[in-house]
Amino acid sequence: MAEELRQFAYLGVLVLVLLTTLPLELYLGVRVWRRPRRLALTVLPVVAVFVVWDLYAIDRGHWDFDPAQTVGVLLFGTLPVEELLFFLVVPVAAIMTLEAVRVVRRWPVGDEATPAPRTHGGEQ
Amino acid sequence: MTYTQLAVLGVVVAVLLDLAVLRVGLLRRRAFWTGYAIIVFFQLLTNGWLTGREIVTYDPAATLSSGQVVLLGDWRVLFAPVEDLMFGFALVLLALDLWVGWGRQGVDREPYADGPWQRRRDAREARAAQQDQAAQRARNARP
Repeated sequence: MAEELRQFAYLGVLVLVLLTTLPLELYLGVRVWRRPRRLALTVLPVVAVFVVWDLYAIDRGHWDFDPAQTVGVLLFGTLPVEELLFFLVVPVAAIMTLEAVRVVRRWPVGDEATPAPRTHGGEQ
Repeated sequence: MTYTQLAVLGVVVAVLLDLAVLRVGLLRRRAFWTGYAIIVFFQLLTNGWLTGREIVTYDPAATLSSGQVVLLGDWRVLFAPVEDLMFGFALVLLALDLWVGWGRQGVDREPYADGPWQRRRDAREARAAQQDQAAQRARNARP
């Protein structure tokens, strides 16, 4: 891979995840991006917890990142910005997947205003 | 603590949150496991890219893997250490629990689907119901 492209090896994957899940919002209408308050309240605690874990792991040397394959923006001196974005992008993609399953299969996930009718014996 | 220990702890904490603390109970839902199966497939692909290209590398002393980047085996799945699967599971379960938990609190609960696909299905089902009714009427009208 060309040197200038190599630094986007990590960031590019995150962009790809965002792009490939976008049809779930636009075509399936999962309404994840369009519920920003709920999304923020969900994602921010996750980011906080996992950034702390990440910083600890980097500090203890559990894992390390290739400077040639990251854009080079470090948070708190050690954390590649891609890691922070990972903890934003992955939960969004996961939520969109769960909502997509709910839409397509009509299975309840537990936040329905009224309990979904249980048609086929115990399908939860 | 090693990555292995932290990863196991992460899964345990996420499971306890789901079943006992937040009591969202996603682990008991078919929708969660179906969604997770889809998520883990894509996680293996993206994680395979990140670890196979050695964008991320791991200390053999902190993981079960001996440190060699192999496709499968030596505690690695598609190049990634098994600890990453546990890490990912904890991340996904926590995020989904919070999402559903906020929904239960009434935060942006509805509406939850309004895309073209959904509208087309609604229209299709309405048509089918109408045809059913028409057929019913035709049967009843017969002497």
